[in-house]
Amino acid sequence: MGTPKLDVDAILADPAIRIVVCCGSGGVGKTTTAAALAVRAAERHGRRTVVLTIDPARRLAQALGLTELDNTPRMVKGLQPDSAELQAMMLDMKRTFDEVVLEHTDPKRAEEIFANPFYQAMSSTFSGTQEYMAMEKLGQLRAREEWDLIVVDTPPSRSALDFLDAPARLSRFLDGKMLRLLLAPARAGGRSVFNLVSASFGLFSRTVTKILGAQLLTDLSGFVGALDSMFGGFRERAEQTYRVLQAPETAFLVVAAPEPDAVREAVYFAGRLAADRMPLAGLVLNRVVAVPAAGLAADDARAAAERLDELGGHPATAEVLRVHAELADQRDRQAAVSGRFLRAHPGVPVVKIPAQPADVHDLDGLRSIGTSF
Amino acid sequence: MTTRESQDGRTGYGWPARLHVVTGKGGTGKTTVAGALALALARDGRRTLLIEVEARQGIAQLFDRDPLPYQELRIATASGGGEVRALAVDAEEALLEYLEMFYRLGVAGRALRKVGAVDFATTVAPGLRDVLLTGKIKEAVTRTVDGRRVYDAVVLDAPPTGRIGRFLNVTAETARLAKVGPIKTQSEGVAAILRSPMTAVHVVTLLEEMPVQESADAIDELTRLGIPIGTVIVNATRPPVLAGAKVTQADLRRGLTAAGLAADKETLAGLAGEAKAYQTRVAAEASLRADLQGLGRPVVELPVLPGGVTAQSLESLGDLLLTSA
Ligand SMILES: Nc1ncnc2c1ncn2[C@@H]1O[C@H](COP(=O)(O)OP(=O)(O)OP(=O)(O)O)[C@@H](O)[C@H]1O
Ligand SMILES: Nc1ncnc2c1ncn2[C@@H]1O[C@H](COP(=O)(O)OP(=O)(O)OP(=O)(O)O)[C@@H](O)[C@H]1O
Ligand SMILES: [Mg+2]
Ligand SMILES: [Mg+2]
Repeated sequence: MGTPKLDVDAILADPAIRIVVCCGSGGVGKTTTAAALAVRAAERHGRRTVVLTIDPARRLAQALGLTELDNTPRMVKGLQPDSAELQAMMLDMKRTFDEVVLEHTDPKRAEEIFANPFYQAMSSTFSGTQEYMAMEKLGQLRAREEWDLIVVDTPPSRSALDFLDAPARLSRFLDGKMLRLLLAPARAGGRSVFNLVSASFGLFSRTVTKILGAQLLTDLSGFVGALDSMFGGFRERAEQTYRVLQAPETAFLVVAAPEPDAVREAVYFAGRLAADRMPLAGLVLNRVVAVPAAGLAADDARAAAERLDELGGHPATAEVLRVHAELADQRDRQAAVSGRFLRAHPGVPVVKIPAQPADVHDLDGLRSIGTSF
Repeated sequence: MTTRESQDGRTGYGWPARLHVVTGKGGTGKTTVAGALALALARDGRRTLLIEVEARQGIAQLFDRDPLPYQELRIATASGGGEVRALAVDAEEALLEYLEMFYRLGVAGRALRKVGAVDFATTVAPGLRDVLLTGKIKEAVTRTVDGRRVYDAVVLDAPPTGRIGRFLNVTAETARLAKVGPIKTQSEGVAAILRSPMTAVHVVTLLEEMPVQESADAIDELTRLGIPIGTVIVNATRPPVLAGAKVTQADLRRGLTAAGLAADKETLAGLAGEAKAYQTRVAAEASLRADLQGLGRPVVELPVLPGGVTAQSLESLGDLLLTSA
């Protein structure tokens, strides 16, 4: 009712906005929305744009010209003739991690780190690495000052909050205090707060040695030692990017599908952005069903379909009426579900993207999503 | 329900494995399907265990319960008697249990946990974490009391398609990390079960491009790893009505008039538009269905539940799983 409409075009056109971040829980349409925003920013608003995508669907990646996985922006072809430049890239988290390591250490050290099985496990599988590396990449792109606008997609986490939390978790982790304790219980003695348990640490590390074998401990120790020189770097960079996200040049869009889980996540996330003083521009409600024959009530349509069944002779109309009834029901359920967000965050502007009849995997599809803006 | 008599081992119906691993792209319905399968396989006096490993408390949500502790608790009663127990496996707890079992590291273990060391040990080496989780699953699958198996079937609400290969392929990961020692022995035992006919990995998908693609990728990957694939479960399908039919506004006008509804221009144009969009989707779904059939695995379809998932609809999904597999 009183919900303000989110003016996406105004955001895309605003020269003071340099970063747009699309957040939301898994599968709601973050990647699609990010790509559609980027195409619109370049074509309609003449802004030199780069879009950082994460795990785009294969055909969407192809449409954006992302056939080579080189972790750098590529020019998108097939745009309208008067469009500004649009580049797209697909995040390669392992490579981004490798780049950070290379930048912070000498080549010999870096080689050691790359060869370490713990580094290999962490750089490709550790939960939170992807979020961290997305932020890292965003920081790098921003520092290049080559674009008017950077549109950022976020990883397919189960929770939208992971995007904000994971980097801090990872840098705490890389801080390695725990790990150093584990490896050197003697050093943890003295005045440390861990004094109380240092005896069990000794026992623990003996046990760990027994269970895992000495080779593993050597690797682990090598890993910590090698990363030691880089701890500060990781933390500093994460904090720096965090500050950019809080700046007025950034606009967060929370993407949600009108489904209970997604809306619940969106409510949490909007609350969290406010608590962290991050600029929430609004909610993008994606895949909203449209009911063109809005005047026909679901129950009336269903009853009519039944009359036609009895009457015979109009099977197609009866099916269409049933399809319509389901659609109208779905619209009502979606409205009820999204009402939860609107009640929790009454002032937050909202824009709706209609559910498309088929998957979105080409520029035309992205443009047609753009028309909702 | 003729299946019971004809095909039934103690493991149940057309689902011969003892360990059912349910994976799929995020949000496709893994937890829902795992719950429905655990309920269905517990019918007629059987006992099943439904396990989750991702600290999501998805099972508790599905059955509308308080968060589950690290304990096997009865969570539902199946029709014809029989029970479903549930367990939320936690890597830390599993490590403590493990340390306790092999090294009697009781109190010291708890102290370690207080300072976060256990959390640390289970996260620094993702391979170690997966060994612990799958080790617990293996233990439940093979557990016997008085020479009888405790569970007729164990159903795992597994990690999503993107991580399933790595999760189930624990030996490779741990072999890199731990080259000798009990962890290695343990992970080899797990790997053997996961590659035996006792295990089946079922893949849940929607009739949408990305989940179908990820299902195909996961099946490829698991096949290469030698892990047996079970059934492809297509969730939340809609009836493919109007497929290929030509629906004109003139037809609709006659139909609406016959049904006694107003056949004004807006309604006609609106309905025609809705029909066309539905047909577009049905056509896209048909081609995805064909892709799924091409995977060479049995395919079961579950309908979209308009009212969402409830205790009752979970039961009806279970019916479909049993009768159509
Ligand atoms: N408005 C829409 N109408 C129809 N299909 C859509 C719409 N938006 C997105 N999709 C489709 O939904 C699927 C998921 O979208 P997308 O990949 O953008 O989601 P995501 O939030 O990035 O997912 P993940 O969390 O897995 O990264 C894609 O196949 C996409 O084509
Ligand atoms: N057949 C169905 N009809 C209607 N809704 C369904 C159906 N199956 C699942 N759902 C709903 O879809 C949502 C996702 O289902 P579920 O939680 O089982 O998926 P999941 O794959 O376990 O998700 P996640 O990857 O987040 O763990 C839930 O809200 C569930 O109630
Ligand atoms: Mg995505
Ligand atoms: Mg789940």
